[in-house]
Amino acid sequence: MADVTITVDGKTLTAPAGALLIDVCRKAGIEIPAFCYYPGLSLQAACRMCLVRQEKVGKLQTACTTQVAEGQVFFTDTDEIHQARKAMLELLLGNHPLDCPVCDAGGECELQDMTFKYGAGTSLYTEAKNHREEQQWSPAVFYDRPRCILCYRCIRVCGEGMDEWALGIQFRGSKAVIAPNQGDHLDCSQCGMCIDICPVGALTSGSYRYKTRPWEMKHVATVCAHCADGCKVTLGVRASSDGATIQRADNRDKSGLNGDFLCGKGRFGFDFVHSDQRLTTPLIRKNGKLEPATWEEALRTAATRLKEIRAQQGGASIGVLGSTHTTNEENYLLQKFARTVLGTNHIDHARSADYATFAATLAGQPDRTAGLADLAEAPAVLLIGGNPTEEHPLLAWTLRTGVRHHVTRLYIANEKPIKLDRQATLTARIAAQPLAVLHDATSEFGKAIASEESLLVLIDGAYTGTALAEILRWGLARPGVRFALVGQQANARGAFAMGLTPDLLPGAVTLDAPEAFREYGPISAKPGKSATEQLAAAAAGELGALLIVGANPAAQPGFNTESLAKPFLVVADLFRTETAELADVVLPAASLYEKSGTITNTYGDIQLVRKAAEIAGVKSDFEIIVRLADAMGADLKKLVPFGKGTHADLGQSRGAEAGEADRHAVWLAAHHLEPKLSPLDPLATLDEIERLVPGYALDRLQLFAGNAQHAEAAPKAGFVPLAALTAPSPAPHGGLFDAGTLGRFSPNLAALAEHQQQEEKAL
Amino acid sequence: MPKLVSHPDEVKIVSRRFGQGAAEIDTYLKLDGYKAVRTAIEQGSEWIINEMKASNLRGRGGAGFPTGLKWSFVPKQSAKPKYVIVNGDESEPGTCKDHLIFLHDPHTIIEGTIIAGLAIGAKMGFIYLRGEYRYLQIIMQKAVDDAYARGFLGKNFFGSGQDFEIVVQSGAGAYEVGEESALMESLEGKRGVPRIKPPFPAVVGLYGGPTVINNAETIATVPHVIAMGGAAFAAVGSERNGGTRLFGVSGHVERPGVYEMPMGYNLKKLIYEVAGGVRGGRALKAVVPGGSSTPVLLPEEIDIGLDFDQVGKAGSMMGSAGVVVLDETTCMVEFALRTIQFYQHESCGWCIPCREGTDWLKKSMTRFHAGYGEAKDIDNIRYLAENMLGRTFCPLGDAAAMPMISFIKKFRKEFEDHLNGRPCPFAQPAEVAAL
Repeated sequence: MADVTITVDGKTLTAPAGALLIDVCRKAGIEIPAFCYYPGLSLQAACRMCLVRQEKVGKLQTACTTQVAEGQVFFTDTDEIHQARKAMLELLLGNHPLDCPVCDAGGECELQDMTFKYGAGTSLYTEAKNHREEQQWSPAVFYDRPRCILCYRCIRVCGEGMDEWALGIQFRGSKAVIAPNQGDHLDCSQCGMCIDICPVGALTSGSYRYKTRPWEMKHVATVCAHCADGCKVTLGVRASSDGATIQRADNRDKSGLNGDFLCGKGRFGFDFVHSDQRLTTPLIRKNGKLEPATWEEALRTAATRLKEIRAQQGGASIGVLGSTHTTNEENYLLQKFARTVLGTNHIDHARSADYATFAATLAGQPDRTAGLADLAEAPAVLLIGGNPTEEHPLLAWTLRTGVRHHVTRLYIANEKPIKLDRQATLTARIAAQPLAVLHDATSEFGKAIASEESLLVLIDGAYTGTALAEILRWGLARPGVRFALVGQQANARGAFAMGLTPDLLPGAVTLDAPEAFREYGPISAKPGKSATEQLAAAAAGELGALLIVGANPAAQPGFNTESLAKPFLVVADLFRTETAELADVVLPAASLYEKSGTITNTYGDIQLVRKAAEIAGVKSDFEIIVRLADAMGADLKKLVPFGKGTHADLGQSRGAEAGEADRHAVWLAAHHLEPKLSPLDPLATLDEIERLVPGYALDRLQLFAGNAQHAEAAPKAGFVPLAALTAPSPAPHGGLFDAGTLGRFSPNLAALAEHQQQEEKAL
Repeated sequence: MPKLVSHPDEVKIVSRRFGQGAAEIDTYLKLDGYKAVRTAIEQGSEWIINEMKASNLRGRGGAGFPTGLKWSFVPKQSAKPKYVIVNGDESEPGTCKDHLIFLHDPHTIIEGTIIAGLAIGAKMGFIYLRGEYRYLQIIMQKAVDDAYARGFLGKNFFGSGQDFEIVVQSGAGAYEVGEESALMESLEGKRGVPRIKPPFPAVVGLYGGPTVINNAETIATVPHVIAMGGAAFAAVGSERNGGTRLFGVSGHVERPGVYEMPMGYNLKKLIYEVAGGVRGGRALKAVVPGGSSTPVLLPEEIDIGLDFDQVGKAGSMMGSAGVVVLDETTCMVEFALRTIQFYQHESCGWCIPCREGTDWLKKSMTRFHAGYGEAKDIDNIRYLAENMLGRTFCPLGDAAAMPMISFIKKFRKEFEDHLNGRPCPFAQPAEVAAL
């Protein structure tokens, strides 16, 4: 659209013809208040807060529906407009209960803010206010009609945004209410978007209501611990007797990859952190039973035995299994610890997608991979397999948004119908091998795909090995095709990229050419054992010891518990998992919400993780590994390059509370100048990752500003991953609340799952 | 069937078949029915629109938009089907004109709809009747069925080589649906809430297609315009206000009823001569000239011609031509309360000023009329209404605010008389009030 020039309050503004006046004004710093206008959702013009005066037009106009055209003149800051805003607030507050002192939204309420700015302090009315009793619609959602201003944001985000259409309006006039789809309760995906988008305290969260006031919390921006989409999440944290408790999760500043989106799991599933099943004391097996022990005792026991086994049977008799929930720094440190301290290449993790084949096939072609930000702007997307609505809610949201805004054409090739088919331009049913559909130039689907000049292909993690490679090669044969591999679990891609693999060093560097990692000293060029092979070796008595960090192989169906009975087993985990039950030493670990570092989502977007909660008694996996190495007598300076930052400022200028930008700290960190005085500082390892790992040279300032950075699949061409490793370990494909490994420890999610089961039964 | 009234000053165009059994198709044909549509088929779209423009026919729903101009806005080419909608959601208190057309002359609605369809190139028309008009729906549906049976509707109607379908649809009982875009939402099966304009229905209307939506009286007038010729029709009325209008005179007059008068007819004459004057020879207190949403006129303000321009000049609106006459025994505070009760009940609740404003006006007025008012309430009520005016999503908010403002402006003393616990000066004995 051609640009036009308009005048607002005497200022000359330039904007594309047809842009909405409210957006043009806001961009220029001219405040136009609004309740019902919400960028990206359909227009309502219902709240009448955005009224402005247009020259030569009789009535006041709503800025949210006025499209700008050449030469228009507007006034937004006159007595008339101020009076209109004030009158609108008076009307809203007439029936509003004014229970701000007990309302969850108090302190972060748009009605409160606007009343302070434009409103009147006195009421003209003496009659009784209309009242309705509060309703509970689900374990997650409560509705308080008196507080509701009927802006219809919840209805729109539920329908247009989530494609749930679970909310509507009932009754008419001043009796109108927001109503749930089941009359008195909700049958929906329980995403909580309606609560989040509510400008007042009408929709409140079952897990947060009446817990705290917003100003009593620290608001820590970090990354969600659940699926592999990597939504930014703001954790509201409050001090408690045993550390710091997470009160809620949202994306408070609407920044990052997910903007205003967060799914039910991210929003409500944070409470696994405070589950009463959390381990807070180390355990040591004594007389066949796991008994509580001190950290010193537990680390000493583990270190002593590992040292003995390394001395007696060699490093190759020790196996290491890492996690897809730990940070990049922890994963990097774990493989470095295994390779340089334990002296073994038997390192692996539970795979949910074949990142190895993905990296090997696309190596050296950075323009062939796509991050989530690319997805949001993609003109055409081909989804092969999977069900993003359940397994990757942000991916599904991004695709729906793209289609709704006429940015994206969505093509879906899947074995069975999925909900996203509703947004698809075309769908095709495929058997296990999707290539036939893509090659079929005679079918409508094949023709449409072939005619797309720019195509982003999303491949479900179920496609592995040659099946995956064939799809990639099909796309590589034509220009304009980019790929993303859709795996499970928060840092699944990071686990692969950080070298938790028996045949590849971090950055998919092969063991036979480890130039980049020469400073490690001599490491074996022989690939180690995969997870399956390690467990088989353990069962056969060929492994002296097994260190399992945040993995739970014993939970897999058909697992023979005897196979872990023979080796000396050290397990670091949040919970007393099936695997921990078999261990000789159990170390209580911190969750992703209790540590700092970086993680990489399945699309390769690297983001910063910040410590929010604190649980007395647990230690981060980073600290556990460092302390274990220390107890084994390793040179910590070689393991973690700490103490290399500046010593000029030891924090005198700090003092910023978390939640505010500690600008000085950010500046130091961005310039690699943080003191990193201790070997327990993961930033020291991040320095090393940036220095050594190909493809992980990050812009620190972007990272600390909370922005995602896209990593290549693999920078170096020409390696062949071990065939045994291209098949992922069984990854759970399931519903939003039953898939995944952390969700089962969340009471909130358990309540939502139970609610959904009851709904299904009721049907 | 209600008794029909008549007066020598009437110019019967739209009502000429009333009382003659024209709901029967044969009678309608005998009374020159379905002749205009044949002319329209012969002459074609451009001629129809030109005649309509020449007729100075202005929309009878209340806004008074020139009908020919409205039709000319519909794009000739359209990817989506075009539609004609007859707005028969007659709900404005004081208005009862469309009702008579559906009752006495349903075929003229069909004929007008087809002509509108020919003019804009639509192949489908909808006749939307207000929910309470179920008994008229039966009559209307029978007329449509009869027209189909004669080949006047459907494929190749009148052997024209063209197709035209008509569907009769009932509303569900909402005043708000009288607003054209809310009616289209309702017709699509959704909640009856108005749409954002622009786009206007002529461009994006029913099911997204270009749509002409006209009041039932407007549509019923169309065949007569075609039959008489636009210029002859225009000559009947006043300047820029062509033809006649059906005036529903109600309230305290000797002969209430629907009278068809030429546009520009004197309001005072309408009340005192045509409708027989104020009942029992009492003094006139006020006149609502065009349905309950139009500002009230004082006795000294009624010596005006009844057309859109002249009533507008007098500070009110001609609206739907529902003339409500109030004599000296009327309590204007109670009348105001009754008016706001209606709009509070009918507000759809979509936008804040109408939803909350009508509710608080009703609450305040209820208290005030019950004798619990305070002096500041009078200004508060006016402030409230003035802050709704012109700021609501659709005209319903204005319809509620305008009369309230005029009541306080023109009858402030009656409001003051209700203060300080004084009983309503117009209160009737309980047994009379109960009647």
